Amino acid sequence: MTALIFRGHPGIGTAVSGRALVAADNFSARYDLDRTAGVFSRPTHALYGESYVGKVLILNTAKGGVATSWMLYDMVTRQMSPLALLLNRANPIMAQAAAFAGLAFSDRFDTDITKAIHTGDQVDVRPQEGLVIVASESSTAAR
Amino acid sequence: MDLTALEKAILQGDHGAPRQWALEQQIAVGEFFDATDFVEVTQVHLCADTEALGPAGVDFVERIAAAPAGRGKVWVPSITDPRGADFKRHADLGQAEAIVALECRLADALAEIGYLLTNTCINYQCIVPPVPGEHLAFGDTGSVIFANSVASARSNFEGGPAALAASLTGRVPRYGYHLDDVRKGTCLFELVEAPNSYSDWGAVGGIIGRQMDSYWDVPVVVSRLAAPTADDLKHLGTAMASYGSTAMFHFVGLTPEAPALPASFTGPPPRAEPIAQADISRFYADFKLTADEVDVVVFAAPQLSLFEMQRLASLIGGRKVHVNTAMLVATAPAIKVMCDRNGITAALEDAGAIVLEGVCFYQMHARELALANGWRTLLTNSAKLVNIIGGYGYEPALATMAQCVDAAVAGRVGQ
Repeated sequence: MTALIFRGHPGIGTAVSGRALVAADNFSARYDLDRTAGVFSRPTHALYGESYVGKVLILNTAKGGVATSWMLYDMVTRQMSPLALLLNRANPIMAQAAAFAGLAFSDRFDTDITKAIHTGDQVDVRPQEGLVIVASESSTAAR
Repeated sequence: MDLTALEKAILQGDHGAPRQWALEQQIAVGEFFDATDFVEVTQVHLCADTEALGPAGVDFVERIAAAPAGRGKVWVPSITDPRGADFKRHADLGQAEAIVALECRLADALAEIGYLLTNTCINYQCIVPPVPGEHLAFGDTGSVIFANSVASARSNFEGGPAALAASLTGRVPRYGYHLDDVRKGTCLFELVEAPNSYSDWGAVGGIIGRQMDSYWDVPVVVSRLAAPTADDLKHLGTAMASYGSTAMFHFVGLTPEAPALPASFTGPPPRAEPIAQADISRFYADFKLTADEVDVVVFAAPQLSLFEMQRLASLIGGRKVHVNTAMLVATAPAIKVMCDRNGITAALEDAGAIVLEGVCFYQMHARELALANGWRTLLTNSAKLVNIIGGYGYEPALATMAQCVDAAVAGRVGQ
């Protein structure tokens, strides 16, 4: 089977590879995370209780406030951050956060990536090219 | 991006490392959003509390402050959002000394950079209100949506590092709500019944915000019945921004860029989605306590205006807060002074409330506050706060200001 390739807007940060953590839900570090434990702590979030540390976190859009821009930096410094963040549509806070923290980040893909990529998929994120590649063995297993 | 001679000089380090860092950050974000140039701003509002920054963020701000020869100083008037600790009342809340010490370090560093420590999220009510067409770098979602919508000024959400960068360069990348076409309405809501309280207006904001697909949606509100005050619009906008990541709305016949319905949209207006009292009631029902006892009643998010403070004191009316319940009230330092002078602070504190200045509840290390005080159930009239605080381990409920006061006195809801 061939790998799946998704094209988005050129993003921020350097290329990374890792396992995806996906939900058709939205994102705010202040509202949704226990940043000490490294898990989603908002009871109504689709990823409640899930660890995001080291994952390619894939969600729909940004919601909530401005604090994520500081919080991602703190999380990266403590090595308790996601590996990358992919959204269908970003707001300025997420872009500012990624630029400040040096986190791989992209949005505006040619498809709804929360539906196209599945939790556990092995994902290559190439922000400067706006590319996301799901490895062939992963895409076969997941579908 | 097209850069001016000054911007090129900043980028090559002629004005110091902090400004170079700042412009590099701004170019990265500007290119991400396809900005072609920068626009100068007249004021900066910075969200920077230690709950968000952590020690790493404070270290970063201190490095900016330590830059030699004025190279880490602001270039435009710059003010601060709420702090994470009230330096006068933190002991009453059991906040750890380490948190307060970190907050002191951050406040000192911001002052060294040239920030005015206003410590408020309602700067548009109590510091310098923005004016139509003014380009800003505001860093609190509530202040941004009020500035764009009610004042017809122009700002994107500028998160902490981005606002810090703007204060060092005096400009922001020109994209989003700095551009005319982005400011037009994208969806329409009709209030078929008038909201009756601050929390009703917040609920309306929450109902609309939940339906926004992204930051780039601009809801338009029409109503023949409602005549909101500035405080009503504050709660409406704050909740809309919280639930929707929404940076601008229009209220037809009220906000400056929506004198009439056609002017609010680029093309024909879409079909209006009605919002009735039943919808507002359903919104409240999403935030109900499973038990009657209330651990803490919070008035914050946003900080209270002078009129809200006066109303709160009037509602307490000489009664006492229940011994098993805490009642916290957060306002801006500039408003606290007026409350002190006019007997409002005394009325609230005599009742047993804790009046906090320069903070907001969710920015005060709310998880640690819960552990220190044994708080779990929380009642508030802030639709924004109930949206945030569940993730910090609280069980939040939404009620009107009057119901919240009654619950604080009774120690339970529904009495």
